[in-house]
Amino acid sequence: MTIKKRPAGPALISLSNVQKHYGDYHALRGITLEIGQGEFFSLLGPSGCGKTTLLRTIAGFEDYDSGTVMISERDMRGVPANKRPTNMVFQSYAIFPHLTVLENVAFGLRKSPMSKAEKRAAAEAALEMVGLKGYGHRAAHALSGGQRQRVALARALVLKPKVLLLDEPLSALDRKMREQMQVELIKLQREVGITFILVTHDQEEALVMSDRIAVMFEGEIAQCDDPEVLYRRPKSKRVADFIGVMNFLPATCREEGGKRLVSVAGLGEAEVAADQSPEGFPQGAGSVGFRPETLTLLYEGQVASHREAPAVIEEVVYYGDMTYYDVRFEGVDKTVRISMRNIFGRDVLDVGATVRVSWSPGALVVFKEGS
Amino acid sequence: MKSLKAYAILYLVFLYAPIFLLPLFAFNSSTIIAFPLENFTTEWFTQLLTLTEMHGALLNSLKIAVTSAVLATVLGVFAAMAATRYSFPGQKGIMGFIMLPLVLPEIIVAVSLLIVILRMGFDTGAWSVIAGHTLICTPFAIAILQSAFASLDPSLEEAAYDLGETPASAFRLVTLPLVMPGIISALLISFTISMDEFIIAFFLTGSDPTLPVYLFSMLRFPKLLPAVMALGTILVVLSVLLITIAEFFRRRGAKRAGLKDTGGFL
Repeated sequence: MTIKKRPAGPALISLSNVQKHYGDYHALRGITLEIGQGEFFSLLGPSGCGKTTLLRTIAGFEDYDSGTVMISERDMRGVPANKRPTNMVFQSYAIFPHLTVLENVAFGLRKSPMSKAEKRAAAEAALEMVGLKGYGHRAAHALSGGQRQRVALARALVLKPKVLLLDEPLSALDRKMREQMQVELIKLQREVGITFILVTHDQEEALVMSDRIAVMFEGEIAQCDDPEVLYRRPKSKRVADFIGVMNFLPATCREEGGKRLVSVAGLGEAEVAADQSPEGFPQGAGSVGFRPETLTLLYEGQVASHREAPAVIEEVVYYGDMTYYDVRFEGVDKTVRISMRNIFGRDVLDVGATVRVSWSPGALVVFKEGS
Repeated sequence: MKSLKAYAILYLVFLYAPIFLLPLFAFNSSTIIAFPLENFTTEWFTQLLTLTEMHGALLNSLKIAVTSAVLATVLGVFAAMAATRYSFPGQKGIMGFIMLPLVLPEIIVAVSLLIVILRMGFDTGAWSVIAGHTLICTPFAIAILQSAFASLDPSLEEAAYDLGETPASAFRLVTLPLVMPGIISALLISFTISMDEFIIAFFLTGSDPTLPVYLFSMLRFPKLLPAVMALGTILVVLSVLLITIAEFFRRRGAKRAGLKDTGGFL
């Protein structure tokens, strides 16, 4: 398996064992993390997992109980938000409604030694960078959601921070706008070369945009990897479940003559490689997970490329470009989801049909926990 | 539906008809306040200019109203910030306590203030009226300012802070301009309340009466009654004008900040 990965620069931000309590509530449970120069890094997790607290800790808006936060090899303890080399794009964008677009963007330059003309030029350049050239004179309160987002970006980037922090910046936009902004943000980040740290609860957004993703649950980092590793080789069932759709089936695991063998309910026995059990290969009862697109329904006359197993279709969900089939393998009491790309001229199969399903042992991930 | 409409109209007539009688008699040439009306005159308004005692009362009232409005608004800003930005034990109880003068009978406030002041060995005067008026104006100022602060996104101040400002300059550059309409509105409403207030002023004013207290004393002289009507007319017009300006600022502020209007006093 090959992973395309941008070369990580030297660590720009390094957190070590950061702890934070709100009263009795343990918000951050020993976060240790290194984020490289020029990296697009995402903090992903459900609401209340501590991702926003962690971002605000890096920004300097939150104190932490213990541990260290270093930015550019400088300890940030006691350094307030207005003295840190970080800038933030807020979830609400926090555009100053009483100022014009240009005044908003130039706000952070107020104390800079630049001349008035230089400040104006810098603000206008930042606006052009986010695609709002000529919007400078407009009143900020009259902008659309997408435009506010761009102004917030320009306002932060004009200060050339070492780190740009983005707190769920796309959650307020509609789907089309969000997808467009995702691509623009990636381009922008490559262009300016600044480290971006994005907080999101949207796994798809994190996969699309990030060089690396830290998945957080209950104040802890469950796994920190690049998107492909995270998707293909999740370290726990919880991570697997949070990122995309993962099917789980019970399995019996044993090692025999150096071979790792799993016997999966309804599928049969197969040998798996060492990297297919990222949390360690269990002995005895365990489970296997596999993504919907790693399975294929075989039509009349098609031959399985790897292995095949019989199943009955229990549910069909038609999406236009894709069809999701929920099928039940023989002798298994739960259904498994299969996603198939629709090809012109090939019929969508019906509920109740008995089909052959092709599966590949290489796509399995073995977990210790039963299913 | 029809009877409801009739009821609403009747209600409004009952509420406002006496007020409309004021200008009617203020421009009537007869010294007796009764129908039928005689000739149109502005004599009573010119007579007002000659009443020097009244000018002193007006000046006194203005001083008291301006001072009370400023004090009530400053206190209101602190209270509104405490109520919307922070949460602390007993917050609800404390806020309720501060808002209490809104429903307390003014006569109770006036009498108790008078007793306290005299028992402490002080003399009543303009300052004691200011204290009383600040007490009753502050809840109004808080109610207006609280809605101004509550509709303000707390990220705005954080954003200014993040962009290099100190907490003080962030407040000055971002929060203050955005709540300014609320502040102006609170100032004007407090000013109007203090200008019109009678009971507290009557008890605490000492030897220099405020305008309403002076007006009350004038009622004993039937000859001066038309002049009272003229003065009343001016006061009503000014009050309505000020409240309208206050509401205009409050609404414009809400609109400028791109917020939904959550209602004020008008």
